[in-house]
Amino acid sequence: MNGANHNHAGVGLSVRGLRKNYGEQAVLNGVDFTVQPGEIFVIMGPSGSGKSVLLKHLIGLEDAAAGEIRINDEPITGVDVAAKYRMALVFQSGALLNSLTVGENVGLYLTEHRLKLAEEIDKIVLEKLTDVGLKDAINKMPAELSGGMKKRVAIARALVIEPQLILYDEPTSELDPVSSVVIGNEILKLKQRTGVTSLVVSHDRDLAFGIADRIAFIAEGRILTIGTPDEVKKFNDPLVQNFLHVEFQREP
Amino acid sequence: MFENVGEVVLLFWRTLLALPQSWRQRRKIYEQFFEIGNASLLMVCVLSFFIGAVIALQTGPVLVERSLASAVGGVVGIAIAKELAPVMMAILIAGRIGSAMAAEIGSMRVYQEIDALRTMNINPIHYLVLPRMIAIALALPMLVTFAILVGWFGGAMVANYNHRMEIPFLAFFTDLKSIVVLKDVGNGVFKSFCFALIIGAVSCHQGLTTIGGPRGIGRSVTKAVVNSIVLIVIFDYLLTRFLLQ
Repeated sequence: MNGANHNHAGVGLSVRGLRKNYGEQAVLNGVDFTVQPGEIFVIMGPSGSGKSVLLKHLIGLEDAAAGEIRINDEPITGVDVAAKYRMALVFQSGALLNSLTVGENVGLYLTEHRLKLAEEIDKIVLEKLTDVGLKDAINKMPAELSGGMKKRVAIARALVIEPQLILYDEPTSELDPVSSVVIGNEILKLKQRTGVTSLVVSHDRDLAFGIADRIAFIAEGRILTIGTPDEVKKFNDPLVQNFLHVEFQREP
Repeated sequence: MFENVGEVVLLFWRTLLALPQSWRQRRKIYEQFFEIGNASLLMVCVLSFFIGAVIALQTGPVLVERSLASAVGGVVGIAIAKELAPVMMAILIAGRIGSAMAAEIGSMRVYQEIDALRTMNINPIHYLVLPRMIAIALALPMLVTFAILVGWFGGAMVANYNHRMEIPFLAFFTDLKSIVVLKDVGNGVFKSFCFALIIGAVSCHQGLTTIGGPRGIGRSVTKAVVNSIVLIVIFDYLLTRFLLQ
């Protein structure tokens, strides 16, 4: 990941036979899928199905017990892949550094890697915050922001890297419906504007069917089905159908 | 506590390897240095004054009764410079600053801020550990030098005003000067430099290995302080026995 003046052209991603165990418990049980360049690919499934662990493997925060991850057909364990392809992860909590202002958080990558002069960094930070509708928050501390604003700042921070692959971990969790739609629209706008490949893990049905080009349904560390939103809706599996259609049952 | 000694040594070694990055982290080093000095100076002052005072109070009358009044300044001077100031200030800093380091880094770990740094290809050792280690390694020896001077002054005050001693300031410091040499002060300051590295490495390691939410942060803080103090006392003996005699 080496910074500025790149095009965003999205990359392809393929995962083959990915396995991970924590002690005796198998969290990923042979996960296979392929994401096309520029696609919004949503991995949907219930809590505890291995979605977030999968993301950590893709960004290199965890090592797999077995299996392979490839970007543009190159294994990510290859020496130069991390430098060659730019990836960013938007964490579930935002994971902003609480001791820095919003502006400092967004510019952190450029500042620490000394990729630009201070004035240029300020300009880029303002531009990225404007993109997510938060330019007025530039001098605020993360503690002063709502959950939705934190996630939008985290998206701005990811955009500074000019990623070719952007990963979102539960981008709408803990958000009200309006904020969820705002975040969903940000993901769509990004795809249209930059052509970045987006991989979203979420248990939010509305988000998944609202933004996805394709959806993979994961349960117990295994992909049950992959398809367009319509194909997944029609997939005849009790677990999938229960997840998609379960509702509150009020006593008459 | 000893099962993690290998990891602490490894972290210390990686921090040493990161030393060429120090200039780039100078702003954070300065902030940490200011934080350590500013947060601790008053406490150091109070603690060292009363340590000097109580040493004079405990030893002075006994020495005076045996016609050894001229040794009071030297005894207080040596005890404070070589042993009490470095050890007591290191324990104070482990409690005040070591705990804060473990809590801050631990909280960053629990709330995925360190993972966020890694995804941006920012090394947490360069960004978090190195500035804290350098700052504490600079600040603690300075605080100990200050503590030695204040401790001597505390001892002199008690020796002067206590009716069982009544040793004038000038006589106290003349005696002190005739017994304490610059090397004694240097020994104490060197010890404090070693203790600073112990506090920094142990506290940062505890922070970086924090798991389990707010309760985990609490556990890390407790371990950072307790492990630092135990290692300070052990290393105090080893340094005194093998290096500084």
